[in-house]
Amino acid sequence: MRTVVSIGSDQEGTLMEICNVLIVGIGGQGVILASNVLGEACIHAGIPVRSAETHGMAQRGGSVDCHVRIGSRFGPLIPKGGADILISFELLEALRFRHFLRRDGVMILNDLMVVPTSVFVQGLEVPQREAVISRLEGEKYMLIPASKLAEEAGSALTQNIVMIGAASPYLPIPEESLLEGVKQTVPAKTREMNTRAFHLGRTVAEEKAK
Amino acid sequence: MSKRYIMGNEALAYASLVAGVDFVSGYPGTPSSEVIDTLRVIKPRDCHIEWSVNEKVAFENALAASWCGQRALVTMKHVGLNVAADPLMTAAYTGAKGGFVVLVADDPGAHSSQNEQDSRCFAKFAKIPCLDPAGVQEAHDMMVDAFRLSEELSLPVILRPTTRICHQKSDVELGNPENPEGGHRKGRFQKDPRQYVVIPAHSRLLHKRLNEKQTEIVEKVAASGYNRYHLEGPHGVIASGIAAAYVEEILPPGVSFMKVQAYPVDQEQIRSFVGRHMKVLVVEELEPVLEEQARQADSRIEIHGKLDGFIPREGELSIDLVDKAFGMAGIGSQSPPADMIKKPEEVPMRPSIMCAGCAHRPLFYMIRKVFREGVYPSDIGCYTLGLQMGAVDTCLCMGASISVATGMYHAGEERPIVCTVGDSTFLHAGIPPLINAVYNGASIVVVILDNRTTAMTGHQPHAASGYTTGGEPCIPVSIEAICRASGVASVETVDPYDIHSLQQSLERAKELQGVRVIISRQLCVINARRAGVKRGRYMVSPEDCTGCGVCVRFGCPAIEKNGDMAEINELCSGCGVCAQLCPSAAIRRGR
Ligand code: SF4
Ligand code: SF4
Repeated sequence: MRTVVSIGSDQEGTLMEICNVLIVGIGGQGVILASNVLGEACIHAGIPVRSAETHGMAQRGGSVDCHVRIGSRFGPLIPKGGADILISFELLEALRFRHFLRRDGVMILNDLMVVPTSVFVQGLEVPQREAVISRLEGEKYMLIPASKLAEEAGSALTQNIVMIGAASPYLPIPEESLLEGVKQTVPAKTREMNTRAFHLGRTVAEEKAK
Repeated sequence: MSKRYIMGNEALAYASLVAGVDFVSGYPGTPSSEVIDTLRVIKPRDCHIEWSVNEKVAFENALAASWCGQRALVTMKHVGLNVAADPLMTAAYTGAKGGFVVLVADDPGAHSSQNEQDSRCFAKFAKIPCLDPAGVQEAHDMMVDAFRLSEELSLPVILRPTTRICHQKSDVELGNPENPEGGHRKGRFQKDPRQYVVIPAHSRLLHKRLNEKQTEIVEKVAASGYNRYHLEGPHGVIASGIAAAYVEEILPPGVSFMKVQAYPVDQEQIRSFVGRHMKVLVVEELEPVLEEQARQADSRIEIHGKLDGFIPREGELSIDLVDKAFGMAGIGSQSPPADMIKKPEEVPMRPSIMCAGCAHRPLFYMIRKVFREGVYPSDIGCYTLGLQMGAVDTCLCMGASISVATGMYHAGEERPIVCTVGDSTFLHAGIPPLINAVYNGASIVVVILDNRTTAMTGHQPHAASGYTTGGEPCIPVSIEAICRASGVASVETVDPYDIHSLQQSLERAKELQGVRVIISRQLCVINARRAGVKRGRYMVSPEDCTGCGVCVRFGCPAIEKNGDMAEINELCSGCGVCAQLCPSAAIRRGR
C-alpha cells in the first residue's frame, strides 16, 4: 500500500524510507496527542522521527495540523504532495489539507463534520456531508465512524485513538510499538479504554480494506 | 541514556539542567514559553525559576545572577528582546561571570507574532555570539555549550531557535546533569565598579575591550565546530538553522554544503568555501545575514539567495521553497512535476476564535454597543481576536494600547477612545503609559481584561494571579490600587458575564472625562475548568426561539444554527451571556 515518498541518506549513509503522516482536525480534538502516540511508538521501535505541530493563537476551535515524519532525520515539515497518509478527524479539514497528500496516498477520515462558527455568524451556506464526501472522489479514502467506536470503547474522548488504530495497518510501525505509544501517551486511568479504542479502529479499517 | 520523544523547548529546558543552571527567568511568548513551563513542573528543582513581569526585568535579574557567579538563563520571544534591548546592549560591556544564556525564539512566518525580526542581527549589534540550531538534538547540545562559551568569553551568549525547532518534536538523547550532587552555586557579588558601573569613563574602556574581544569570539566560535563544510563540486550551498535541515534532505549528490549554526562566522572560512565554487546558493530564514557575508567574501563568484529573489525575503522556508531555489540556481531540483500536486480546495475558513464562554466576547460586544462610534486601540493577547468582532482597531506591541489611545486623543481624535489591554500585558508594559495618560491629561477609557492569567501563551501565572511560577500561593498585586495610585479618575471593577452591569459600567464611563479604567474581571474559561468550576450547559427552548439570530451573531462557538433555530452544542461552558442577550428568553440553563 505504502510507497516511498522521500529518500534521504541518514547519518550512516544508508538509504532509508520516510513515511509522512499528516494528522489534521480541530483544536480540542486531540490531534497533538494522537501524533504523540506515533512519536512514542517510534521511540519504542527505534525509528527516528520528526514532527511539527501548530501552536498558533489557537486556543480552541481553529484548524490544527500536525506533521509526523516517521523515519526522518531531517526537518519536521512534510512537503506539499508528500504525505503518504492523511488522518483527518473532520471532513472539511480533510478537504482543506488534501493537497498535501501524494498521488496514491491514503486518507483515513473520521466520518464527522463540524461546521465552522464563522459560517453561522456570517450566514454563509452550511456545507453538507454528502457534498463534502463527493468532492473526495478519486481519492483512496476510508470513512471511520470514530465517535460510535469511541463510545463503544468507553468514551467519546477516545476518538483520536480510534483514528490511530484505523490508520495503523498503513503505518510502518509494529502494532506492539503503537500500543506501547498509546500506553505512554494517554492518562494512566484510561489506558485500557484507549487500548480498546485502538483495536476497534484497527479492526474496522482491516475489514474495510478487504 | 536512552532516547526520548520531546519538543524542542522541553529539550532546551532539560539541557539547561544538564548544564547545571542556577537561575532561570523569562516572560512568556510563543514560541519560547515551554522552556520555563517545562522547568515549572520538574520537581524537585534545584534552581530559581520565575516568570518575570517583562523581558527587561527578566534579563536584568538573570544578568545579576550571572554577575554573582551563577549560571543564568533568560527566555523570551524575538520581540521580547526589543523590550530587553536596553540591558542587552550594555550587558555586552559589563560582561557575564557565571554562564549567561539569552534564549530568544524567532518566529519566521510570524505564526504567532507581530513581526519577523531576526535575532542574529541583534547579536551582531550587541557584538556577542549567537548559536542557531538546525534540529532539536543540536538545540539541546548547544544549550550546554552556550553556558561554557559564555564563561570562556565572559559574555552573554544568544541561543536562537526558531518556531520549527522550539515546537518540533524529535527523538532526542538527553545528557546527564553536570552537578549530580544537586547543590547549586550560591551567588556572591564581587564589587568592581569599573566593570559594573557604566559611567562614561568606564564605558569607553569597556567598549574598547569588547571590540578587542571580537577576534577571540570569532576564534572560539570557529573552534566550536558548529560551522563546517564539505567540498563536492563546482556548486555549493550555505544554509543555517532549520533551513540547513531542509537542504540536507534534498541536497543532490556532487553539491558542496556549508552548514552554519554559530555566529559570528569567520569571514576566512566563508571565503575559503565560496572561493572554491562557481556558484553558491545561500539558504536562510529572515534576514540575508550569511548571504551578505558570502557576497562580500568573493565578488567574482555567482551568489544566489534572498537579495536576488531565489529565496523569499519574508515568511518561513520549507522543503518546497528550498527545492524551487535549487531549480532556479540550476543545482538540481527534485520537485515532482506540477501536475503531481493537487490544488488546495476552497473550504470555509476555520480561524482560531475565542473559546466558548470567554469573558472577552461579552466585553467587546458591549463596547461596540455602548461606544458605537468609538475608536478601539487594543493590545497583545487572546483578546486581539476581538478583531473578528470589529472591536480592535490597532495592535502594535505589548502595552501600546494605552499609549496609542493617548496619542490619538492629543492628536485631536474626537470620537470616544476605548482601549483594551489584558492583565498580564498591563503589568508588562501598560503601567507607564497609564501614568503618562493621567499626567498628560488624556481623556480615554481603558478597559483592563483581567482573566488572572497569561492565557494566549499557555496560561502562565503573573503578579496578579495569586500564585508563583512554581505554584506557591502569594499575594496578588492589586490592579485597582495601581490604577488609583496612578491618579486615574474613576476605577470600576465589573463581571463581564453580568452584561447588564457591564453595560451600566461602560455607560457611566462614557459620561465622564479624563482617564477612566474599567477592570473586567472573570477567570479564563480554560483555567476555570481546570480549577473545577462547573456551571452546566445552556439550552435553547425550541418553543420559544423565534430564529432572530441574535445569539448566533454573538459568535460563541457553542451556538449553532439548525435550520432557522439556534442550538447549543457541548462546547458550552455555561457563562450564561447568550441567555441574557436573547430577546425572547428562549435560552435557559439546562439540567
Ligand atoms: S484561552 Fe481564555 S482568554 Fe483565551 S480565548 Fe480562551 S477563554 Fe478567552
Ligand atoms: S452560555 Fe451561551 S454564550 Fe456562554 S458558553 Fe454557553 S452557549 Fe456560549
